[in-house]
Amino acid sequence: MASERTLGASIGGTVAATRRLVRTPGAGPLLVLVPFVVLLALKPILPAAGIVWPATIAVPFIDWINVVVDAFRKHEIFGAFTVKDVTRAIAYGIEWPLDIMEGLLAGGFKSIGIPAIPWVMIAGLAAVFGWWLKGWRLALLAGGCIVYFAIFDKWSLSMVTLSLVLVAAPIAGAVGVALGVVAVKWPPFERALRPILNVMQSLPHFSYLIPVAVFIGVSHRAGAIATILFAIPPMTRLTILGLKGVAEEVREAGRMAGCTHWQMLFKVEIPAARDSLMLGVNQVIMQCLAMVVIASFVGARGLGQDLLLRLQSLRLGQALENGVAVVLMAVMLDRLSRALSEKQPERRPEGPFWRVHPYLVAGAAVIAASIVASQLTPYAQTLPRSATITTAPFWDEVVRVITTTLYDPLEFIRGDLLVHVLIPLRTGFQWMPWIAVAALVGTIGWRLAGPRLAATAAGFVCFIALTGFWERASITAYMVFFALLVCLLVGLPLGIWASRTARRTRFVQLLCDTFQTFPSFIYLIPVIMLFQVGDVAAISAVVLYAWIPIVRYTVFGLRGVPAETIEAAVTAGCTPRQILWKVRMPLAFPEIMLGVNQTIMFGLFMVILAGFIGTKDLGQEIFRALTFADAGKGLVIGLCVAFIGLAVDGLVTEWSTQRRRQLGLA
Amino acid sequence: MGGTTMRRWAIALVAGAAIGLSGAVSGVAQAADSDDPIKIPIHNWSSQIVGAHILGKVLNGQGFSTEFIPADSQVVYTSMCEGDIDVVHEVWQGAFGVAFEQVVGEGCVIDAATHDAKTREEWWYPAYVEEQCPGLPDWQALNACAEMFSTPETAPKGRFLGGPVDWLKHDAERVAGLGMDFEVVNAGSAAAIWAELASAFERKAPIVHFNWTPNFIEAIYDGKFVEFPEYGEGCKDDPAWGPNPDMTYDCGNPKDGYLKIGVWKGMPDKWPTAYAIVSKMNLTNLDIAVMSKLVDIDGMEVEEAADKWLADNEAKWQSWLN
Repeated sequence: MASERTLGASIGGTVAATRRLVRTPGAGPLLVLVPFVVLLALKPILPAAGIVWPATIAVPFIDWINVVVDAFRKHEIFGAFTVKDVTRAIAYGIEWPLDIMEGLLAGGFKSIGIPAIPWVMIAGLAAVFGWWLKGWRLALLAGGCIVYFAIFDKWSLSMVTLSLVLVAAPIAGAVGVALGVVAVKWPPFERALRPILNVMQSLPHFSYLIPVAVFIGVSHRAGAIATILFAIPPMTRLTILGLKGVAEEVREAGRMAGCTHWQMLFKVEIPAARDSLMLGVNQVIMQCLAMVVIASFVGARGLGQDLLLRLQSLRLGQALENGVAVVLMAVMLDRLSRALSEKQPERRPEGPFWRVHPYLVAGAAVIAASIVASQLTPYAQTLPRSATITTAPFWDEVVRVITTTLYDPLEFIRGDLLVHVLIPLRTGFQWMPWIAVAALVGTIGWRLAGPRLAATAAGFVCFIALTGFWERASITAYMVFFALLVCLLVGLPLGIWASRTARRTRFVQLLCDTFQTFPSFIYLIPVIMLFQVGDVAAISAVVLYAWIPIVRYTVFGLRGVPAETIEAAVTAGCTPRQILWKVRMPLAFPEIMLGVNQTIMFGLFMVILAGFIGTKDLGQEIFRALTFADAGKGLVIGLCVAFIGLAVDGLVTEWSTQRRRQLGLA
Repeated sequence: MGGTTMRRWAIALVAGAAIGLSGAVSGVAQAADSDDPIKIPIHNWSSQIVGAHILGKVLNGQGFSTEFIPADSQVVYTSMCEGDIDVVHEVWQGAFGVAFEQVVGEGCVIDAATHDAKTREEWWYPAYVEEQCPGLPDWQALNACAEMFSTPETAPKGRFLGGPVDWLKHDAERVAGLGMDFEVVNAGSAAAIWAELASAFERKAPIVHFNWTPNFIEAIYDGKFVEFPEYGEGCKDDPAWGPNPDMTYDCGNPKDGYLKIGVWKGMPDKWPTAYAIVSKMNLTNLDIAVMSKLVDIDGMEVEEAADKWLADNEAKWQSWLN
């Protein structure tokens, strides 16, 4: 009793003191730590429920969700059909575009005896298309990618995946733009949409699998729909951003020209927002290809499914070739769509027909030649397996040599680092009471933007605690935290180095693009071979994927520092070292913090995937929910992961915006 | 230009496809059976995929149409319950028994048949470990060299790499029940176990991990199961049973786990003939091993492997038909 009273008093005192502190202008930023530190110190007298909320009194979010899912599944509206029937009927709509596209590219139409388009024709047409858009370099790239699929024996797999992407990406793009337009025109809709987009973008993909299996049904189309769902949010976000950025004068001009509502939208606003929209299209394509492997869990065929199979039977080299095919497809589609958007009308040259329409003539020539060729030799239709090549044995050997020669030198990581750094850190994270963490997040939020941000951020932490998954969430947080430190250690120097010249920047950007589209499942196997099942392997896998944004944003921030500012520093006689540390880094710091934020988001994605290695965190629970087809549990744990991300995101984004304003950058 | 041509080609094909489809001939399946394709899942290990194609080809031969759907081997039971998948022909007691029995209990999936193949799941080690730890495969000998298997995290105890926790293997209970100096570390997937085995095998490092048979891995790596006290009725529930009078799980796993065929509850009505064939399908350990060998060792494509097996085992699959 006595201890409870002291506890009450001391908490009251802390709150009052904190309120005074955080409101004091000029109080050092470290003061936000005070309530956190005080609560840590008070841990011995905190009630048990304030340290780890007991699972026995956890709020039954899981049961609530399952009740809803079950009702949608079984309850018949008007005694005729269930919500499940409706979603499934809608999903069937995507079947025929998928079938037609796949028939064209891969399977042919057996019922009417039309074969698929021969690979030489697809390669030729892709090259002509690239040539028309941007010249011979793009022609070579587009044609070359297609040729890779054919000669590396990935033809039908790649074409199945390509057909899925070619159907899913336009749908996702169109839906994304439509949602964005409605949101801009009707603010209440935007307010409702924003939190949904936030959650959709940070919820782990595995939380969706059971709901997709129930409401759409495991099939190729379910894979397509899961892909579409994931590709919509970035498109919507960038549409909103773009449309809001259209200058009022532009709209004014449209109004003066007497535009109707629709003309205003399609002839004025959308063209004016083109840059953002094109970035959206690029993001849609990247998302679609990032989903290739996960979509195969619910029935998508193609490269992703084959990749999983190869990994399962330890044929890493072949999995790697599939991964390269995915990257090439992403690069090809990205460059083509970019070029398409930048394409300017050209003046037609005079002269004979082939001079006026060179691309049309080339296209016709390709079609004619490949039809003739496929009549003459089956090699032009699909390369038989005997005519294809593989580099798989080489890669298998590379992996074997690396894992055997590096194994012993890495002993210190598996031993000392694990025992003396990781395990104590993990224990530390598990030791922190949830109340202290909620207080920390809340105080930072309050100091940055007042009670609203404080309540949201602390609310996320409270939700995690109340679900009863606090201990697991703290292990997830520990792994992402340590991975973040390593990413900073590697990413900052790399970013600084790359920002020095335009050539280095291009090189590092290419590296980032490649690693981002390369299916991250493949990392899981080599890290186990080097570090064994456990925390070290899981954290390494996270680092291998999460270093990308920190590098990207560091380069972006450093290169974005105005040239005049640097010139001024040079004139003032700064040494190169001073320019970097006193001028460029401080100015780029807000961007770098956004990179940290994205690294955490990437890390959360990958740490769930690391559940396949074997962890004791939220990822493991998500997979267990999968085994028992527990849609509610999958979603609730997914929300825990999403809320870790959103809490950090809310605080960092707010800080970065304020800081940029202070620096006069925004 | 390039794009326009492409579009015309597409339009021509679409028009052609529409005409062709409208005139498509209906299937030739037996009177009572539906013409809809029978949906068979494709998982991510080779024997299952070859087996699925074998079943598909046998059904196709009887006039049924079939469709292969890639599906995760855990998610598939939800899908079979919903009727999105019709036949799962490799239901492993060890890995999927829990999920399978749950949907059978709900009444949406039928336990259609049990293969002759017996599955065994147990602690396992690659052959070279026998030289490093004499006395194997006896469990007491294994326990005597526990320290050899230790890692910085488990030291001085040995490290046993178990399957994913949701496979519910009770390894930790057994370690306690038999008083072994081991610590159980759970892998997150089968692939994680194989990756560690492959790495240990290259270095000839001692390793003991969860494994099962029939399995493609035994064709690549030679090894043996650890022999624990024989499993018996009562070992799981009765502490008095077995060598340790105070604890349960003081025994090995049963040596004859099932391999079953599960079927969506609507299948017997929708495709009675096909259901009869599926419920007579019966594979042995050798069949499963051969199927994975054809793909994993001989490097055949799945279709080739299925054709080869069908050609070599004509009498067997013919017997499923009547």
